[in-house]
Amino acid sequence: MRGTMDYRAPQTIDSGAPQTADSGRKDIVLEARGLVKRYGQVTCLDGCDFDLRVGEVLAVIGDNGAGKSSLIKALSGALIPDEGQILVDGEPVRFHNPTDARRYGIETVYQDLAVAPALDIATNMFLGRELRRKGPLGRYLRILDKPAMKHQAEQEMSKLKIGLRSMTSPVENLSGGQRQGVAVARAAAFAQRLVIMDEPTAALGVRETGQVLDLIRRIRDRGLPVILISHNMPNVFEVADRIHIQRLGRRAAVVLPTECTMPEVVAIMTGATSTGGPAPAGA
Amino acid sequence: MASTKAAGAEIKLRNSVGSFAKNAPDLATLGPVIALVLAGLFFSIKSDRFLTGGNFSLILQQVMVVGTLAIGQTLIILTAGIDLSNGAIMALGNILITKLAVDAGLNPFLAIGLGLLACTAFGLLNGGLVTTIRLPPFIVTLGTLNIAFALTHIYSNEETISDLPAALTYLGKTFNVGQTEITYGSLLMIALFGIAWCILTQTSAGRHIYAVGDNPEGARLTGIRTRRVVLTVYAVAGFIYGIASLLLVSRTGVGDPNAGQTDNLDSITAVVLGGTSLFGGRGSVAGTLLGALIVGVIRNGLQLIGTKSIYQVLITGILVILAVAIDQLARRRKA
Repeated sequence: MRGTMDYRAPQTIDSGAPQTADSGRKDIVLEARGLVKRYGQVTCLDGCDFDLRVGEVLAVIGDNGAGKSSLIKALSGALIPDEGQILVDGEPVRFHNPTDARRYGIETVYQDLAVAPALDIATNMFLGRELRRKGPLGRYLRILDKPAMKHQAEQEMSKLKIGLRSMTSPVENLSGGQRQGVAVARAAAFAQRLVIMDEPTAALGVRETGQVLDLIRRIRDRGLPVILISHNMPNVFEVADRIHIQRLGRRAAVVLPTECTMPEVVAIMTGATSTGGPAPAGA
Repeated sequence: MASTKAAGAEIKLRNSVGSFAKNAPDLATLGPVIALVLAGLFFSIKSDRFLTGGNFSLILQQVMVVGTLAIGQTLIILTAGIDLSNGAIMALGNILITKLAVDAGLNPFLAIGLGLLACTAFGLLNGGLVTTIRLPPFIVTLGTLNIAFALTHIYSNEETISDLPAALTYLGKTFNVGQTEITYGSLLMIALFGIAWCILTQTSAGRHIYAVGDNPEGARLTGIRTRRVVLTVYAVAGFIYGIASLLLVSRTGVGDPNAGQTDNLDSITAVVLGGTSLFGGRGSVAGTLLGALIVGVIRNGLQLIGTKSIYQVLITGILVILAVAIDQLARRRKA
């Protein structure tokens, strides 16, 4: 049985014809076609395709320099690709900055945690989209509605079962896992379509990693698909529904963790198994 | 099993460190209050003239100019910047306002407006160079310090301008609260501190200033337009320096091209004494007001007890190092 799904050789990706084959598929939330990004001589994305389906956790894995980060930055608006197309629910979109992506309901949890350590939890949750007081105080003087932000932050934390009680303590007083919790809760609270998480467990201990993986499942079960970028193969196999394998700036393959072993995935990732050859899993 | 236990212990340990660190910011905000109270106590014991309304009014007048500069300086330092040019920009505003009103015979209010405009433009220049060419604020403002200084001396021909119209020194006028005469200028400074405090603590713009100084890349990724925030901060600071130049005019009654030459460092001193971190992202204008008052109280008190004023400089130097050391230690503990 073939272990790879949606498997396409690089040649067919570039040819253009197969790209339209499944465009407009209703279950694809976010799609990218032929993304290219170059920095001078270095090509980070070399005609990269991507798709995310409804209700799934999609892991994106790849060796260092495979273009994972560039792909994710392009999908989250932090990087503008030189070529290629991004589609949200089948509609072509252009993201010029993270705010554009956010308008489409795409929230990102960044690897280096986009939290401001000196500011408190509630402020961090609402950073960049603060709630203002109702009436003229908010409209003309732009006064913040701190109680409402605190209240909503508390609600979100308890919904996701993140054990943080004081929303007014600075983020720098939290442990690594708790900080990650704040960043994830912020993304989950505002995401309308999907959540992107870049190495959310990279800096965490065993127990905290488990908590974050639970959090990812909880978000998926709330109906939000999750893109998970990770180096950690056991984590990927634990939570992912599908695995996108990135290699040399392109999508080398998409596999199911249930039908594929870690060594096989690593083989595709490193190029030990030729991506043009037969499917690796269960072959 | 053993590893989970260890992980659990580690989390516990972190939590206890966390709750300890929670109390640390209180020390950072309490520090300047304690210093001010101690200085006040010392001088009220040493001199019976210290604890009088008239003396407090005098202290306010003495810190009015540097205090106002320090508001702009606080905003800039919160974004992890620094402004060496504020004293020179103020001197330029000071000369422009007085010379335009006296020598060019402009309407005094028009002269004030042009002075404020010039200072704002210099702030905008600082901010523009910092955000677009991404030069370090230290270098940018070192350059504009010299440019503003030179322009001031070229335009003024090294001459002091006197015989000012009354409108220019209006802020030096006083009103009575009980027996105490208070200048409108000191009131304006306190009002500016109040406005800055409100903006920093109660509005999105304020939160964004802190976020930009605390974690610029993180702030950008959360959708804050960080360059615009920084540019606005420098421009607003420039405008505040313009107000400081007007306060300077009202306090000295002349246009002096040599004014404000150490005020840049004095304003940084006030900010640092107030507990604002030079690394950006943490601090408050309330602290800066306290910092300015600490310097003012020490200078005033030493004069009252007949000590040479150079001791004020000595004490200020020690306090600055203490304040920065406390900030550093607090940061290291949290890192």
